[in-house]
Amino acid sequence: MEYSRRHTLAMGLGGLFVTVVPIRVSADAAGLIQAFTGGADIVDGPLSISAPEIAENGNAVPVTVTCPDAKSIRILAPANPNPEVCTVHFGPLAGRHTATTRIRMAETMDVIALAEMSDGSFVQAAANVRVTIGGCGG
Amino acid sequence: MSGFDARPRVRVPRTASVDEVVLVRTLINHPMENGHRVDTDGTTVPRHIINRFTCTFNGETVIEMEIEPSLSANPFIEFEARVPESGEFAFTWVDDDGSIYEDSASITVG
Repeated sequence: MEYSRRHTLAMGLGGLFVTVVPIRVSADAAGLIQAFTGGADIVDGPLSISAPEIAENGNAVPVTVTCPDAKSIRILAPANPNPEVCTVHFGPLAGRHTATTRIRMAETMDVIALAEMSDGSFVQAAANVRVTIGGCGG
Repeated sequence: MSGFDARPRVRVPRTASVDEVVLVRTLINHPMENGHRVDTDGTTVPRHIINRFTCTFNGETVIEMEIEPSLSANPFIEFEARVPESGEFAFTWVDDDGSIYEDSASITVG
């Protein structure tokens, strides 16, 4: 196949689209993270998130977050129509600071957990889940 | 308007030792309509979810949770609580329509 000027331009635009789309998605995630942290730096910490590697049904994906010393933990599913999932606040009688719930996932993505520690710093963790059938309807 | 009967269910151990950390499991049936689903007539089903969950033990907070539409239908929530004395867990689920669903569970410590 010969490449005309028109073909070359079209491929260039296609390439641009492919590179721009993932950047836009991660920018959304960055915005959501900033909304929780208020722009504070993310440091290393003992936050763990566990979720299945492959979820056949995106309607109910079990997710566990654990972070000793956390005041609160927020779970985000950045590629969902509503990216916020829930925020857990631990009170004085919380045992190990852990919570398990089931979340909806529209497509394959990194589920993000953000913890606000008792000293005011923020910790982030993520788990990639491959979703076979999305669970957000519409 | 709800069109369903929310039956909360909780499970905690009956007994524990002082300051033991116990596993608390809760489940409530609720459609958790996220506002995006389209029904068979082609109309979008309006948002209707449980937006808040709390658990206290003898009046002191164990956990509080703000819930968004991305939580699954029939919300299942599992967490751990430290029990310093005998008493009662109180659980509340707050619905978008203003309903509050409640349940409780007692535990003997000693």
